[in-house]
Amino acid sequence: MTPEHLHEPDLAIHVEDLTVSYGAKPALWDVDLDVPPGVMAAIVGPNGAGKSTLLKAILGLIRPTAGHVYLKGKPYREQRRKVGYVPQRSSVDWDFPTRVIDVVTMGLYGNLGWLRRPGKRERAQAEAALEQVGMAEYRDRQIAQLSGGQQQRTFLARALVQDADVLFLDEPMAGVDARSEAAILEVMRDLRSNGKTLLVVHHDLQTVRTTFDWMVLLNVRMIAQGPVDEVYTRENLHAAYGGNVALLDAPGVEPVGNGS
Amino acid sequence: MNALFASIPFTIIATGALVAVAASLLGTFLVLRRESLATDAIGHAIVAGIVLVWLATGLTSGPVQLLGAALAGVATVLLANALTRSRRMQNDAAIGLVFPAMFSLGVLLLNLFARQVHIDAHTVLLGEIGFVWLDTVNVLGVQVPDAMVWLGLVTLVNLAFVTAFFKELELGTFDAAQAAAFGFAPGLLGVALLTLTSVTAVASFDAVGVVLFVAFAIVPPAAAYLLSDRLHRVLLIASGIGIASSVLGYFVAVAWDVSIGGMMAVMTGVFLAGALAFGPRYGIVAQAVRRRGEREVGENRALAVHLCQHEADPDVGEENVLEALRGHLRWPDAKARAVVARCIDQGWVKRDGRVLTLTDRGRSAAREILRPGG
Amino acid sequence: MLALLGDYTLQTVALGAIILGVASGALGSFAVLRRQSLLGDALSHAALPGVALGFLIAGGRALPALLAGALATGVAAALTITLLQRRSRLKSDAAIGIALSVYFAVGVVLLSVVQRSAGAGQAGLETFLFGQAAAILRSDLGLMAGVATAALVLLVALWKEFELTSFDPVFAASLGLPVALLDAVMTAMIALAVVLGLQMVGVVLMSAMIVAPAVAARQWTNRLGLMVLLAAVFAALSGVLGALASASARGLATGPLIVLTLTVWTAISLTFAPNRGFVAAARRRRRVRHALRDRQVLALLDELAERHDDPNYASEQGLLDGYLGVKSGAALRALHEAGLVEQVRHRPEEGVHWRLTDAGREALAEPGHGVEAAHP
Repeated sequence: MTPEHLHEPDLAIHVEDLTVSYGAKPALWDVDLDVPPGVMAAIVGPNGAGKSTLLKAILGLIRPTAGHVYLKGKPYREQRRKVGYVPQRSSVDWDFPTRVIDVVTMGLYGNLGWLRRPGKRERAQAEAALEQVGMAEYRDRQIAQLSGGQQQRTFLARALVQDADVLFLDEPMAGVDARSEAAILEVMRDLRSNGKTLLVVHHDLQTVRTTFDWMVLLNVRMIAQGPVDEVYTRENLHAAYGGNVALLDAPGVEPVGNGS
Repeated sequence: MNALFASIPFTIIATGALVAVAASLLGTFLVLRRESLATDAIGHAIVAGIVLVWLATGLTSGPVQLLGAALAGVATVLLANALTRSRRMQNDAAIGLVFPAMFSLGVLLLNLFARQVHIDAHTVLLGEIGFVWLDTVNVLGVQVPDAMVWLGLVTLVNLAFVTAFFKELELGTFDAAQAAAFGFAPGLLGVALLTLTSVTAVASFDAVGVVLFVAFAIVPPAAAYLLSDRLHRVLLIASGIGIASSVLGYFVAVAWDVSIGGMMAVMTGVFLAGALAFGPRYGIVAQAVRRRGEREVGENRALAVHLCQHEADPDVGEENVLEALRGHLRWPDAKARAVVARCIDQGWVKRDGRVLTLTDRGRSAAREILRPGG
Repeated sequence: MLALLGDYTLQTVALGAIILGVASGALGSFAVLRRQSLLGDALSHAALPGVALGFLIAGGRALPALLAGALATGVAAALTITLLQRRSRLKSDAAIGIALSVYFAVGVVLLSVVQRSAGAGQAGLETFLFGQAAAILRSDLGLMAGVATAALVLLVALWKEFELTSFDPVFAASLGLPVALLDAVMTAMIALAVVLGLQMVGVVLMSAMIVAPAVAARQWTNRLGLMVLLAAVFAALSGVLGALASASARGLATGPLIVLTLTVWTAISLTFAPNRGFVAAARRRRRVRHALRDRQVLALLDELAERHDDPNYASEQGLLDGYLGVKSGAALRALHEAGLVEQVRHRPEEGVHWRLTDAGREALAEPGHGVEAAHP
């Protein structure tokens, strides 16, 4: 159990007994989370369920009250190079003097190490990532001159150049146009078919089943986790969303499975 | 009466107190509206206004000077706001760009015309509260220092403004959108606030100069805000701190033979430091005590939830033991023991051999926590 | 002006202004981008007690002691601001205002102590209020250059880390960068730049040297490296101009002259910069308005032709005016020049008639594009 030994190496993400609290206010209670490699997992839950908090705690951006996180058998700190992260779009200053290509290159800064500067090789990697998200033609745009979806694709490209095994995405589809959503989805599916693991905070319950193959249902505590078809049941959704029955009973979102 | 106003210490202290009260009345709202630095911008900008009005009219005091110079302060803040709205820079950069320019203009004009105006560049910054008694006017047969007359009037005007528009200011400060919906025109009220701040700055200028005015305007309200949540109490406490700072500052300055205005402003800082450290609710000491309590409660609850989540598991003998708290929750040994001891003390947990089990009370507490929405 | 450069004193002043400008322009860019513009304001006001303390401790006007004191109280003010922001319910504006005014007040008190102990000469410390270029000695330049070079080397060495933590601190933390440490180093470097300028610009106006060059430079470029470079150049040039003007005109303080030079240049940048300038923005708005108007005219011509079942149908200009509710002459002329419409004159006594060309019909079919070609 000491950090030198591999702990649950068969799991892409292994979270045990994670509790996060702000003051006396609970954000996450004793969450156990296991995500196998090669799946596209959605974290779903109502507002204030602690979805972003879970992501940030896994990434070491918040100090938990209790619990631990392992990625591919090792603590997060040792696996940083294998992790990619797409934060919420609102976290940066869009008027910053930086172009799309510069932002994408920033994804390589962690691997470059101190004192080394990005060179031709890094630019080429960044350009390849832009190509992949269909943003090559916007290479020299200042980032404020992009639509919300294009901004999100730029952030996705920045995570792509990290060449990570495990990617964490915080609401990548929020406020995004249809074309960008399709492009982002395609890239995410490509990543999965290349054996990468994705953990995505997702706000839209209606598209979970069509988009993801793994589902994590959260409301301060873990409600259910597993393959989407097993987790997406009326019982589980009721447990997570409480009285918000109207949403669940809306036409077209009839839950599958044996819950009803 | 004449004897009172002939007393130099009294006039100095009273002038300081009037500056503090007049400025705090408005500064309270500026601090709450997150516009504290408007006082900084206004204070610096009015120098240009004072010289320009003098060049145009030859007046160095009186209502025309007061309002004319105040316009420069208001214009500076409005210009900074316009630059922010143009989205070419952030608001802080806009303020940092506009007021040094205005101040530079004022200082250069002073350099050029210093011999004719009664102020020189250094009193602009520091003020000369020690000499306020030199210029007096006759009010109802009493010789009153010039500065006190104007400061007294400004204090009354500010008091009237705050009293008359208390409800609107309160709402406009805490919820500008709601206030606009009620038709209170928070924008207009904001401009009125800035104009009065500007007028107050001009009236205080001879006594305390531009930078110390900032201290009188925002430090007492900030200290008061750390001591109370009720707006009218914040106003009262701020005025009290301002007056106390003037009195204490005067006597300390005289005892040590240092700058009087400077010492009065330092005293506002001392009060703020006191409020920051020992405020009953928001002070650092009170916060630390509360945080420690919250952290302990949080840890107790985390343990209860952990035990509850795993008590039905087949591996309960592996999860609900002291070792698991170290291995799974990553608590250091001492902390794990302390939390268990606290939970046993408050009757949530009991030891069952090696295994920790919840009491009924502990279990219902955990269930309460885990209920959705709870 | 060139003749002035031969003067030994003026050479010293100009060199000092260049060193100061490069440091404050480069580091100020980061202060502005990190929304810490007013931190420079607080740091410079807070330098006053440090200068006085340095004087009292060294027992005289020894520059290294004065600057060390200024740096110390500047950093203390920065820590005070952080303490107030983190541990009290006060917001950043109040925190900055408190640090700025209270530290300055302490400085005023200490200055009165210095004045009393040093006698009528006032120890020359009051020049630190508004700056005095002539007070800079050749021997001071070495110290200034050394400090500025050290700061700039650090800036270049940690460039990509500063870039990333300034732009996206959350992402930087996820890469494992020590964000808090980098923030602290950057704040200390900004304090250093402030201290460098105290002699020349003075404590009250030094904040302008941090903010104005960066705001001006930001208007000309969308690239961080270029912005930092431009800010350094702008600040150095304004510094030299202002300092020389002050040295040649007796009785004018240096700080205000440098700041006004900078302000004029910033106003020019805001107005005339190619993309972000107010003029360019106004022209862009006009172009969009015209393109929209042209499109309306083309669509109207097309509609009228369709109504008459004649693709070559020519409409009278007065009729177009009536439909559009505004004069269409200017739009028609522009479209005519772009070859999108052509004139047809049936009879001399009739008004001008217009119809679409093939190019015009194409332009209309292509959404958004084409029409703008009339307004390059």
